[in-house]
Amino acid sequence: MLPSAREKLVLQGAVSGELGLPAAALPLFSFVAVALFISLYLLTMRPTPRSLLRILVPVKRCVDYAVKIRVNAQQTGVETNVKHSMNPFDEIAVEEAVRLRERMKDSIKGITAVTIGPSKAQETLRTALAMGADDAVHVEVPESANVEPLAVAKLLRAVIEKKGPYELVILGKQAIDDDAGQTGQMLAGLMGWGQATFASKLEVDEAKGSVDVTREVDGGLEQIRVKLPAIITADLRLNEPRYASLPNIMKAKKKPLEKFKPEDLGVDITPRLQVLKVTEPPKRVGGQKVENVDELIAKLKEAGVLPGAA
Amino acid sequence: MFLRPVAILRPTLTRLYATPAQPSTLLYLEHAGGKITGGSLSALTAAKALGGDVTGILVGSNEQVDDVLPKATKVEGLTKILASRSPSYSHAVPEALVPLFAKLVQEKGFTHLFSSTSSTSKSLLPRLAAQLDVQPISDVTSISLESDGDVYTRPIYAGNAISTVKPTFEGIRIITVRGTAFPQATTGSSEAPVEEVNPIELSEVPTEHLKTMATESSRPELGSSDIVVSGGRALKSAKIFDETLTPLADKLGAAIGASRAAVDAGYADNSLQVGQTGKIVAPSLYIAVGISGAIQHLAGMKDSKVIVAINKDPDAPIFQVADAGLVADLFAAVPELVNKLPDRK
Repeated sequence: MLPSAREKLVLQGAVSGELGLPAAALPLFSFVAVALFISLYLLTMRPTPRSLLRILVPVKRCVDYAVKIRVNAQQTGVETNVKHSMNPFDEIAVEEAVRLRERMKDSIKGITAVTIGPSKAQETLRTALAMGADDAVHVEVPESANVEPLAVAKLLRAVIEKKGPYELVILGKQAIDDDAGQTGQMLAGLMGWGQATFASKLEVDEAKGSVDVTREVDGGLEQIRVKLPAIITADLRLNEPRYASLPNIMKAKKKPLEKFKPEDLGVDITPRLQVLKVTEPPKRVGGQKVENVDELIAKLKEAGVLPGAA
Repeated sequence: MFLRPVAILRPTLTRLYATPAQPSTLLYLEHAGGKITGGSLSALTAAKALGGDVTGILVGSNEQVDDVLPKATKVEGLTKILASRSPSYSHAVPEALVPLFAKLVQEKGFTHLFSSTSSTSKSLLPRLAAQLDVQPISDVTSISLESDGDVYTRPIYAGNAISTVKPTFEGIRIITVRGTAFPQATTGSSEAPVEEVNPIELSEVPTEHLKTMATESSRPELGSSDIVVSGGRALKSAKIFDETLTPLADKLGAAIGASRAAVDAGYADNSLQVGQTGKIVAPSLYIAVGISGAIQHLAGMKDSKVIVAINKDPDAPIFQVADAGLVADLFAAVPELVNKLPDRK
């Protein structure tokens, strides 16, 4: 253990006294000692700010992607008494955070999963913890609350301010329930950070303090470099998420989970869009079969969709 | 049940937040390869549905703007075009563009900002909306201006439900438009006046564009093609995918699409994926070859006028939406179809 600064001063004073040095030398000695101590402390005990990254991964509890959804009778939404799971794009985001740590072990200090949702959304956080997140934050809202991306982005900003600093936030590119695809970009806008949407590959360069991201854009791919801190949204092809193993699911139950309410974070979650109604899309009258290729072509001619054959 | 208080408040709310009688819309004119994108032309049609003036905003490098501007002024329906040139605008990096858009919106008092649902707009507009403290509306499929305000519909849950929403806030409505839901505005003899707008040069942009890896294709663009031929996992390999679908697409003058399974397996490029997370298409004719028809795929093509499915599994869900389903081995049926199809004039 290093002696505290004061102990060191006393020590130095005693030594100088014993050696019979003039009393005027004492402040000089103390100054040198303090300077030495501070530089030693800086060199050994404090990490340089960028060498230890903290990652925040927001996740959402959604109706499971395989469920055939049904609009409710009141036309206010869909039936939600069905299987839920983590939004598939968020699984990819969690996976990427965990893989970053596996790739650059000593550089990732921690991975925090955060969700905004009803009490049941805790299951989703436990899944993220079982996949490899270290701790979790649950911003609890009533079951009936419709929290829009703007409010979610504001809540996430508040979580970053409360629990940060975070250098990297990895989100899914969209939630498969509201299909909005806005939250990551909105958070980046609120924070004033760089953003990389629709990421299919990312490489963190600690030395430069940046991350190189390959993005899936209309017509191909694009590569960009974003300075940290940055917001990344994950596309489907970023990775293949792992399954949580039983031992990890058990361990996840013991990992810390902190709860907040929107009021604690000072965020108003009142919706800005009024949902007038939710309806079924028009039904297709499909289901007709043809026997062979000739019949198929006849049918297409009849429908007038063949070029030059009308 | 929690909607009730809102319903009671509604008359007051709507009086407070009613849109001005005459909307003033800013339309983001996206361009690619020296042309205004089809999506932006559809977004213009959508913006016109609101009534009022529509001002286009065109941004890019000096050369890009020079290249596109003469074509942009000819687009029917634009009241005016704002053009802003800067090397930092050449790749539409949102961090570089948001300050310009924010300034224009605030200074010129636009009530609405429209764009297509493209990867560029999806990145840019929500960032802008957050800075303006408004909730944007994504991928809108219909618009109406009613006496008590503007109303939008948009698909949710992979298109399995349609949500009708009304903004209840003051401030600009930021809307991305699903291109396939609106016809494209035409180019004619009109000559929209142009106003050059000074770019906003930032001392530091956190994001730098390194390179673009475009998928080269001589085919029609997937999102706007009138005919799409799509392949799935049953195509077995990239080589077989190409060999099977290319002759059919050539004969029909069609764009080629793919299911997620085909893309994940490496048979086709990512940019060809049709579905909830890929491209949304609504051509006159969609031919699904060896595609089972998962919910996520149907989300991207079920608004097509005529759907044809060729699959050897008679129980594949794709047959439930197909107007003409052929239960057959695609490796025999597709070549036969290519042979028997009439030649294009």
